[in-house]
Amino acid sequence: MNINRNIAWTYFIASKKMTMVAILGVVIGVSIFMFMNSMAAGFDRTSGESFFKTTPHIRVYKDDKISQPLKEESNSKTLIVNPKVVPSINTIDNPMDWVKLIRKQKEVTVVFPQVSCPVFYNNGKSQITGTTIGFDPVEADKMFRISTFTVQGSIADLSTHQDGIIIGSGIAEKMNLLTGDKINMTSSKGINLTLTVVGIFKTNNSKEDKTKSYVNLATGQQFLKENNAYVTDINVNIDNPDRAPQVAKELTNLTGYKAEDWIAANETYMAASRIRKIVIMFISFTLLIVSSFGIYNILNMTVSQKINDIAILKAMGFNGGDVIRIFVYQALTIGALGVILGVLLALILVQALQHVYIGGDIGYFPIRFEPWVFVRGIFIGLFITFLAGYVPAKKAAKVDPVSIFRK
Amino acid sequence: MILQVENIEKKFYDPIEFKVLNGISFGIERGEFVTLVGKSGCGKSTLLYILSTMDTEYSGRLVIDGEDVVGYDQNRLSAIRNEKIGFVFQFHYLLTDFTCLKNIMIPALRLGKLSEEEIEFRAMEKLRMLGLEDQALKPASKLSGGQQQRVAIARALINDPLIIMGDEPTGNLDSKNTQIVFDILQELAHVNKQTIIAVTHDNDFARASDRTIEMMDGRII
Repeated sequence: MNINRNIAWTYFIASKKMTMVAILGVVIGVSIFMFMNSMAAGFDRTSGESFFKTTPHIRVYKDDKISQPLKEESNSKTLIVNPKVVPSINTIDNPMDWVKLIRKQKEVTVVFPQVSCPVFYNNGKSQITGTTIGFDPVEADKMFRISTFTVQGSIADLSTHQDGIIIGSGIAEKMNLLTGDKINMTSSKGINLTLTVVGIFKTNNSKEDKTKSYVNLATGQQFLKENNAYVTDINVNIDNPDRAPQVAKELTNLTGYKAEDWIAANETYMAASRIRKIVIMFISFTLLIVSSFGIYNILNMTVSQKINDIAILKAMGFNGGDVIRIFVYQALTIGALGVILGVLLALILVQALQHVYIGGDIGYFPIRFEPWVFVRGIFIGLFITFLAGYVPAKKAAKVDPVSIFRK
Repeated sequence: MILQVENIEKKFYDPIEFKVLNGISFGIERGEFVTLVGKSGCGKSTLLYILSTMDTEYSGRLVIDGEDVVGYDQNRLSAIRNEKIGFVFQFHYLLTDFTCLKNIMIPALRLGKLSEEEIEFRAMEKLRMLGLEDQALKPASKLSGGQQQRVAIARALINDPLIIMGDEPTGNLDSKNTQIVFDILQELAHVNKQTIIAVTHDNDFARASDRTIEMMDGRII
């Protein structure tokens, strides 16, 4: 063993009690840091998952246009006093060509066209208002994973039944429907159809469950009294949802239609989530820093206790760098032990919380082992330990042996 | 000439400006046993710390083993101390958390020229030479003053330094132990041809050495 490390180890052993306290500090700091950040990552994942049950990463649609002057004059400014939204059909022209083109873009994983239409679910004399979405069930299942929250029937049945419909559990409850039953609906365009329930889904988001239903694209177009080229939205999913804003920009440039990413579409929610992240970051960092005070303390004490030793070592030919190394080794030994035990404690905490039932649409506590959080915790823990050791070590390196010997 | 100083001057500034060394010049040959004597405050310890390279705030020339070390940075001076100079202090100054053997080994481990086994073997040899082999694995703090001083000498010897410096190496010892330490130092100088420079208050000790440099008010007389 290198002599500097050897000396560091001896000092480490010599002050057992203080060392234990310092290690305990690091253990608590590191484990809570990892635990809280795993929790934050878990929250993010579940909220992302529940988002993407109903929202695509990017939605391409035709945006409303405000009326513009027909011709720009070069020497004067034309003003429209009361501009209005230009009345136009909200369809995307040649949607299938766009779908094919978008599908060819890199990063894009799933693309399909959809129509959405406001409808009334007729239940005798009373009506339930809601929205029906028409799409290709196979593609839509790839994006929204509808089959994972279908409680009765299946999404595959929708492909085989042209007049099929999948309804939310709230609607099914109110109208007392099971799969195989008929449901009568009227669209905002006055079209009245009777469809067969082939599935019931439950997202745990009660608003969705009480209003939404899924039909085939053709049925949707029928409700809107439109032909089979009529499409209001193209839904796009990509590899990495975090890259949605960039890809959305590219798609806007590519198609000329408005491409809106899920982050822009849910600004309020995203802001709240950011605040939550910052708070968790702040608290966990503070804990980590406070935990390093223990190391700073013990190192400071060792340096003042061993000031004679430092002077002797310097007289014997140890230089400033050697002295720094001795004390930084000591700090890092404490830090490394603290981090190892901290990882174990964090794993236990995560494991324990995984079995806590929260209820609602979350179910069990959304936390799991997050490798990156742990890696980050290990590095930050060791780095802070290093700093906490380096400051007193620097002081030790500056000890002037002559002034000690002359006393 | 193993060590040579020319016109060394040093001032203290605290509490008032005071010239503690004033134009010191001398040379010491290899294998000489030199003692530095003088009343307290005459500057002999200050001079010793300058010779040891630990104190660098002075003016003049200091040549150790043919190398003019004035202006060397701390790391180079550390390396010179490690390899060429051994120290014996008044209050033995062992590292109390380590065994005697380890205390002796530390300077050699720092030098890193030999393997740990060889160093341990050599350290045991030094202990045997000083009659302390049975104390090797005891913590340094458990030894008597005379024994500790002999361990400190063994430590000073481990790297076979050219020069061994002592700041009152017998200041704390009874007459019997003083005699033991003196005999060891004399043997090192005359048999091993290692140079000894020791500051002392003990007139008998000084008289028995090869050469005595007497100082008064920052000058050699």
